[in-house]
Amino acid sequence: MYLRPRTLSEASEALARGGRVLAGGTDFFPALGDRPSTGIVIDVTALTEIQGISIAADHIRIGGATTWSEIVATPLPRRFDALRAAAREVGGVQIQNRGTIAGNLCNASPAADGVPPLLVLDAEVELVSAAGRRRVRVSDFIVGNRKTVRRPDEILATVVIPCRGNEGVSAFLKLGARRYLVISIAMVAALLVPDEHGRIAEARVAVGACSVTAQRLTELETVLAGAPFGPGLGSLVKPEHLSRLSPIDDVRAPAAYRTDAALLLVRRVLELCAGSHA
Amino acid sequence: MTTSATAVTPVEVELTFSVNGRRVKVATSPVQRLSRVLRDELGLMGTKVGCDAGDCGACTVLLDGAPVCSCLVAAGQVENCEITTVEGLASRAPLYDNLQRSFLEHGAAQCGICTPGMLVAATALLERTQSPSETEVMDAIGGVLCRCTGYRKIITAVLEARAKRSPECSAAAGKAVGKRLVRLDGKRKADGTEIFGADEIPAGALAVRVIRSPHHRARFDFGDLAAFVTAHSGIHAVFTAGDIPGKNCFGVIPRFADQPVFAEKESRFRGEAVAAVVGEEKVIEALDPANFPVSWEQLPPLTTIDAALAPDAPLVHANREGNVLVRGRVVRGDVERALAEADIVVDGEYETGFVEHAYIEPEAGFARRVGDQIEIQACTQSPYMDRADIAAILGITPEAVRIIPTAVGGGFGAKLDLSVQPFIALAAWHLRRPVRMVYSRVESIMSTTKRHPARMRARAGAMKDGKLVAMDFAADFNTGAYSSWGPTVAARVPVHASGPYYVPHYRALTRAVHTHQTPAGAFRGFGVPQGAIAQEQLYDDLADRCGIDRLEFRVMNALDDQTPTVTGQVLGEGVGIRACFEALRPKWSTARAEAATFNAAAKEPLRRGVGIAGMWYGCGNTSLPNPSTVRMGLKRDGRIALHQGAVDIGQGSNTIVTQICADALVAPIDRFDLLSGDTAITPDCGKTSASRQTFVTGKAAHMAGTALRSAILRLAKGCECATIEFGDGCITIVEEEKRHTVKLGDLPLDKHGYVLTSEATFDPLTSPLDENGQGTPYAAFGFGAHMAEIEVDLELGTVKVLKVTAAHDVGRAINPTLIEGQIEGGVAQGLGMALMEEFFPGTGENLHDYLIPSSGDVPPVESILIEDASPVGPFGAKGIGEQAVIPTAPAILNAIHDAIGARIHKVPATPDRVRATVLAATRRGGPHA
Repeated sequence: MYLRPRTLSEASEALARGGRVLAGGTDFFPALGDRPSTGIVIDVTALTEIQGISIAADHIRIGGATTWSEIVATPLPRRFDALRAAAREVGGVQIQNRGTIAGNLCNASPAADGVPPLLVLDAEVELVSAAGRRRVRVSDFIVGNRKTVRRPDEILATVVIPCRGNEGVSAFLKLGARRYLVISIAMVAALLVPDEHGRIAEARVAVGACSVTAQRLTELETVLAGAPFGPGLGSLVKPEHLSRLSPIDDVRAPAAYRTDAALLLVRRVLELCAGSHA
Repeated sequence: MTTSATAVTPVEVELTFSVNGRRVKVATSPVQRLSRVLRDELGLMGTKVGCDAGDCGACTVLLDGAPVCSCLVAAGQVENCEITTVEGLASRAPLYDNLQRSFLEHGAAQCGICTPGMLVAATALLERTQSPSETEVMDAIGGVLCRCTGYRKIITAVLEARAKRSPECSAAAGKAVGKRLVRLDGKRKADGTEIFGADEIPAGALAVRVIRSPHHRARFDFGDLAAFVTAHSGIHAVFTAGDIPGKNCFGVIPRFADQPVFAEKESRFRGEAVAAVVGEEKVIEALDPANFPVSWEQLPPLTTIDAALAPDAPLVHANREGNVLVRGRVVRGDVERALAEADIVVDGEYETGFVEHAYIEPEAGFARRVGDQIEIQACTQSPYMDRADIAAILGITPEAVRIIPTAVGGGFGAKLDLSVQPFIALAAWHLRRPVRMVYSRVESIMSTTKRHPARMRARAGAMKDGKLVAMDFAADFNTGAYSSWGPTVAARVPVHASGPYYVPHYRALTRAVHTHQTPAGAFRGFGVPQGAIAQEQLYDDLADRCGIDRLEFRVMNALDDQTPTVTGQVLGEGVGIRACFEALRPKWSTARAEAATFNAAAKEPLRRGVGIAGMWYGCGNTSLPNPSTVRMGLKRDGRIALHQGAVDIGQGSNTIVTQICADALVAPIDRFDLLSGDTAITPDCGKTSASRQTFVTGKAAHMAGTALRSAILRLAKGCECATIEFGDGCITIVEEEKRHTVKLGDLPLDKHGYVLTSEATFDPLTSPLDENGQGTPYAAFGFGAHMAEIEVDLELGTVKVLKVTAAHDVGRAINPTLIEGQIEGGVAQGLGMALMEEFFPGTGENLHDYLIPSSGDVPPVESILIEDASPVGPFGAKGIGEQAVIPTAPAILNAIHDAIGARIHKVPATPDRVRATVLAATRRGGPHA
């Protein structure tokens, strides 16, 4: 059975009765392989309530069904540069035109391009069900390889990102074995907020594809806080700052290389942030 | 066989949307993929399906103006939307005509399977941007994979889409050879009308789902198959080994044929077929193979060469002792003594993995029974070999089998072997209904042949002055579970492992070793690309140790007309290898100087390097007959029928063979009507492999053209020097001032239905190799050399190829655009092999784990064509198809060595391997540490 409700409340009521959510289809169809879809499918692409980006004084809301292309095309504060850079790296243009931010989060691939940038943005997700609404931090939302705390009856309606004015800069680096259409070997996002004395007021760094879920490097963030904002930040990064990563060996790379590469990417992404601020 | 016959009706709804400006109503499942709705319900076959996973972009269409993969869009999502497919681009975008012409003129379409997706993606860009940058073009087509072209001609075609076009679409009498003629089948590739394997669906066709082994090696037992058929309405039959009327065995080399259509008790590789379920298309689609009644008992598999060669290893085939399928051997001179006496000796071990062909068209076709004959329309590289194998499987005569090759959406060697053909033929034979099958991407990757993994050890010796004296080469190839082309690889590599150089003392020993892995078969070069990876890196080491420039070392040792090859053959003429290196010499100096300047100025971590590698490759089968027969007919309307059976898999044989034939006949090219390689109407032109079609079929076409010209002149009583004018319904012979017209309409027709027929067979002269591999394996060799300029990120281990300059001795460039297309595509595949491609049976059976180069990975390629004519080839031409791929990987690997000062011994040189090599060299205090 296939339903394409027009309102979020209709959708959540339908989902309360069971079914799977379909949005951009970029994970839904590949997961089918050559088997046809069975069971109830609730298509959320007609829900205007969960589409588009709105900018408020202290936060930005990105509708769950917003595509990566829309994120690329929307002018956003510089702290969103990492997210927009990641958006350009999700598959090719065809995938960016269909794949949604909620889909990327709910699919919860360890290599999801959108997750490290959302972690450094301290993003939260709003989950809507017939029973009500709840907010969960992205860092708490994804709990394992393709595992989230989303209940089967919930729709990831909105990504909410705290944002006051135009503070901070961010950058994103993705390492893969080819230029386009590539799954990351490792990727890093960083967000740095300078204070008025030219020092780092706040630093956030996240690494993807090197653990079952993307990780914030909080020890490193503590070290970076208070450091002079400028070139040379990379030298503050020590291997032990990446100790919470637990990469695996797979067809893309061995674990040891991932750790090595992640360290490099963290150093480089910090230099990129520092450089972009200058 | 177990049969039943009832049908089911799936749940469908009526959807309304617009396609190419036309409102359509379609009854379909709303969760059906849009790609399937467009193709199956609306008959818009221009939208191709390559992966069903958004990995290849072949199915790109515009959804309200934005490019999307139609395989990832649910039909329900396009309600009231506007869809544009390749068929609708012309009416949508005024610039489209020009874009299409630009594609044709630049040779941007080879096999054509990705072309619709490319055109749609490019149109979306051009509607948005007047004059896009190169990066914008790359970004726009980055989501569409192409395996043939290497992308550069596509990028150029899009960049120049608004320029004034004047593609050369015809050639006057005698002026076709050497011309950049637009490929004769180009238009239908660029407008989406080309028919590939999956593009025709006969009415009432049933579908097949093959049940395959999920394990590398397993014993299996079927449950109650009759009950399974009865329980599933819409399933008509299940076929297993017992249903095969003839032999449950096929193979491309009859003497070694060993592969069953269905395994009988034990499966020997993951993906091996054990049964086929046949039924209504929608029922077969809905079938979950997990519900098929078969139980598996996993057995310990042999997955590596070492395991298979272990003394106590179980035998993959009882009659193949030690799991060795075949050995190859070429020995000349006294290699041990020469190495002992050499001033400098280097050695090395090199390893390569399975490489997947990754053509964008999965195997597909249909079969139907016509009386006591079977007809198979499918993509293939070898119609007559298919015919022989299918006849044996069905237990009928070859004449009772008709093979109708479709356009082939990339082959590269794997479509020489049977794929869908036995299943559809068997089902159609028994059920007397048309039966169709399209491999899924997973099925295609898991069950079809791969490039042989190689483990190679080599020593080479030279004197201080740089003269090569000896090479000792040994290689084992993992040939997988069945023979396929393993014997050819084992035979070809020893003949070629010296490279195109004079090596007086030589020993090359090879083994093809069976394992419980995907069968390894033919892939562009039959093992020679692997051998070149070892040999060309070793010669670089030798040059360095001699203190001689790496290019000059190769020039100094290059074969010439009078030096014997390692099989003792003296080629006499057409040895253009030195010319290739000499053409690269000035570019080599410049590139080396530029890299040195960059490295002196650049801060770590980037370092540049330049590498060079040479190549030779024999055209045609190794010491075996491989005739091609071409038939031509003069028709009553004054046109020429050309029966040429060389299957065009994108390389351009339809065009090349016609160009040759036209100039032999001295007729304008647009007088020709081409007939395909259909075995019912066209004689055998052999397989499209071994770089033989230009050389062998081209030569047969030349002979047939010349013979038809003589026959026409005899008919009209003209002398040999006369000119023939081909008119409508007549021919005119012009001799000096005299004109003599012969009306054709009244002349009698021969048994072929022509006024005059000519038929010619060419089989290049070779001789068997003796016990030391001495003899004449090929009548002609193609030669070439590539120079790669690369940049390595020492910290991450990533390698970016900046430019490849490719010099090839092609004998005679029949169509320079098509030759450049082969070279650029070969470079892209060589780059993939060098840097990113490795298939691991059991994992990564898709196009996002198995990576082939994307549009952003292939650098500009400068082709330099050397024409050192072959005395045998048509107009002096030699092959280029495989030649183009061989030197790229070693050139890149040599460039990496140049940049980082250390050798990569195992390809692909993925970032982690390059980084590990850099780290190891640093620990050793390497030159660039």
